[in-house]
This record gives sequence, structure tokens and C-alpha cells, in this order.
Amino acid sequence: MPDYNEYLERIFDVLKPFAKQGILLNEASELVTELGLTSLQVMELIEQLEDHFDMSIPLNILPDIRTVHDLAQALEKLNPGS
Amino acid sequence: MSLFDKFQPIADIQAELQALGVMPFGAVTEKLLSSTEAIVNGHQVILAGTNNYLGLTFEPECLEAAKKAIDELGTGTTGSRMANGTFAEHVALENELAEFFDRKHSIVFSTGYAATMGMGSTLAGPGDVIVLDADSHASIYDGVRLGGADVIRFRHNDPADLDKRLRRLGDRIDNTLIIVEGIYSMMGDQAPLAEIAEVKRKYGGLLLVDEAHSLGMLGEHGRGVAEAAGVEDDVDFVVGTFSKSLGAIGGYCVSNHDQLNAIRFAIRSYIFTASPSPSVVASTRAALRLMQERPYLRDQLWANAHRLYDGLKNLGLQVSPEVSPVVAVTIKDRNQAIDWWNRLLQHGAYVNLVMPPASPTDDSLLRCSVSAAHSEAQIDRIIDAFSTVQNTTAVD
Repeated sequence: MPDYNEYLERIFDVLKPFAKQGILLNEASELVTELGLTSLQVMELIEQLEDHFDMSIPLNILPDIRTVHDLAQALEKLNPGS
Repeated sequence: MSLFDKFQPIADIQAELQALGVMPFGAVTEKLLSSTEAIVNGHQVILAGTNNYLGLTFEPECLEAAKKAIDELGTGTTGSRMANGTFAEHVALENELAEFFDRKHSIVFSTGYAATMGMGSTLAGPGDVIVLDADSHASIYDGVRLGGADVIRFRHNDPADLDKRLRRLGDRIDNTLIIVEGIYSMMGDQAPLAEIAEVKRKYGGLLLVDEAHSLGMLGEHGRGVAEAAGVEDDVDFVVGTFSKSLGAIGGYCVSNHDQLNAIRFAIRSYIFTASPSPSVVASTRAALRLMQERPYLRDQLWANAHRLYDGLKNLGLQVSPEVSPVVAVTIKDRNQAIDWWNRLLQHGAYVNLVMPPASPTDDSLLRCSVSAAHSEAQIDRIIDAFSTVQNTTAVD
């Protein structure tokens, strides 16, 4: 099972195209307000992570996700690492 | 910060449209000239965005039935189906729907939204799972969010993606509801229901299909995509609306599961709202009968759909992926979409302007819906309006 850092690394990979000039991608990066993801792009991010980790990520977690850290933490909670 | 801050983006768009003198959302229909022509925002237009697929809104038998119901039963039921709002006519409509769909049970709701939202929020709750097509209608998303089940999306119209997501559920499949639509409301594309049913057979779960935009259009009897695909036995629940093909308002769910009669009294959008008015039920019953008596309306509808689709495609416009009574033209630039919508209206065609997040992508749409009642000449006038707008650049 992946751990927090593996989730984090993958999220960074998927989000790279959104890290526009001058924006440093880090755990505190906010998906919507800072990186400018639309609701559709957030959904696509979730789908990509589901496929990469072969896991189910219910949309129900989204209201509690603001930052990259929140997302990595939520994934670890859904699918705890060893 | 105030409660109102979150509405500012909407207010900004409203102000932008007002500055342009355009009113695409809440356009006012000032006078209806027929089921296919009206005066909208001061312009006489062909109605090409009203979902009036069979053109039954002014059908004399429907009008008479509605008038008679008003005279005999009054203007409203003043109560919920669970209390005083179940009239003999509601029960008769439920029986007629069950018979039409060849299902054992049926529920009539006050709106299509209440039907879809109600079933989605009630069938699966906390601890259960809902796997839905990514492009599902807002009423489906609203319902499943309210119900509290774990909600997982699969890629639009992609049975292989559904397969993958159902496989991941393991034993949870026993508590899983799959939700798809027959014809998708924005792009008009059909669900690959035979393949989706095959995936359901492989893993299990229950399948709910929203046939809101396919009732009366597909299948030998007009029951929709499930009938056309020959997989009605795999579909556990069919939901839909009376507000499109049947020209009224209201919704339904039909099923062969005997539990539907118990589920009925757990659906809050059924219990806590007034039942449909007698006149609405009466015109719906008449329209349901006419839809079955006049299968040629389906042929007219599809002939018109082909004519409009081909005409717009021949103009070089980016039309929806397949021919359907819903023909959507993709316009990437939002301002261009607003400008085109406005000029289409000026040139005699009313269509729907759809902007994100209502559109399935980040593009905007000029969404047309075709009616069996459109004449070939009217379809050609819609195409001409697009052609004129395409070949001119400034607001007239």
C-alpha cells in the first residue's frame, strides 16, 4: 500500500501542468483558489489518482479537501499504507 | 465576508450580460404562436430549445383533458401524495405508466427533478455506493449527495471504465447502485446501455436509467434506450419526466422490484411536496396515450433531427458526436457563444446557451432540441440562422 509521501508525489505529478509561472507547488498549495482548478478538473484529478493507485475515491471527500496535503491525507485514510 | 459573497461570481456574469444587452438565462417567452414558434425577448422565433420532442403541448386532446380536469377536480390537490393528494387520476396514471413500460410498479412525482433526485437520494444511503456516469444531470448529483452514499464517477459512456470501478468495490458491489442516462441532455449522445448492462451482469449491483430525454424516441414502443438496446430486464429502475415528450410537468419511476411500494414512502421528494395538479395529470395521460397511438411522431422527430444535424454539420460547425433530437454546437469561446446566442435570437432561432459548469466540458454550447412538430422549412430556417450568424461578425 502506498504511504502519504507516495500519494503526495503522485498528486504533485498530476498537478504539474497547473503550477503556472511563479506558483510553487507544495503541500499547502490550494487546488481551487491557488492552482485555479475548475470543478471538472478536480474530478479528473480524482479519476487519475483512482486509476494510478487502483483504488476508489468517493466524491464525498471533496468538501474537506482544500490543499494538496488535505488530498494526500484523505487518500492515505481511504487506503492506509503499511 | 458575508453569506452573499459566494454569489458574487453569478452577479458578475449577470452584470456582464446586462452590459451586452443579452438575456440568455431566463429569456422571456412573451407569446406562444404554436408548439414550435413564439415571441421570445421581443423576437419572433422558431423554438429550437424547448425539449418539446413530440410537439404535444397544444394537442387538442391534451388541452381538452386538462380543461375537463380543472372543471371537475379543481386547480390543485393542495396536498402530498401521502396525505390528501392522491386522486384516482394519479393512480390511473401510475397504472398506465406501469403498463406502458411493462413493469409491475410505478410512482408519479411532481417533477422530473423530484423523481431523479428522490430515487438517487433514497435508494442508496450511508455505507452504500453509487457509481454514476460523469456527465449525469444535476438532479442526479444533487440526489446522491443528499443520500450520503459513497459516490464514485466513471468516465462518460465508458463501460470499460465502469468495469474497472465496479471491480475495485469488491464485496461492496452488493450495496451498489449504478446510475446512467439514456440520452444525455447536453450533447444528446446515447448511453452504450447494452455494454453497461453486460458490466452490471458481470459484477452485480442495481441499475437505474434516467430516460428523461429518450422517452417516446427510441425502442419499438418508445420506452427509451433500454428498450432499444434490448436490456430492459437488466434495468432495475427507470426514471424520467413528463416535461419533455409528454409536454406537461412531473416525473416517474417504474420498476419490477416489489420493494418500490415501500421505497415510495421513504422518498422525501415524494412525501413532502404537493402532488401534481389534476390538469397536469390529465394532459400527461392523454399525451402518453397519443405517444403510443402515433408512432409516426418518432419518425418525424428523427427525420428532423437528421436534417438539423446534417445541416449544421455541413456549415462546418462542431456538432455533437451523434445524431439525436438534441443537437449541440460547441463554441469554445464563451463570449462568442453569448454573441451567437443573441444573434440567433435576432435571426429567428431560439436555442439554449449552455456555459460551464452546466456544460460537460470547459467549452460553451449552443444546444438545440428538435421537435416532431417542426416542419422541414422551420428546420431549414434554424440552419439558415446559424449560417447567417456564422458569416457575420458584428451584432446587427
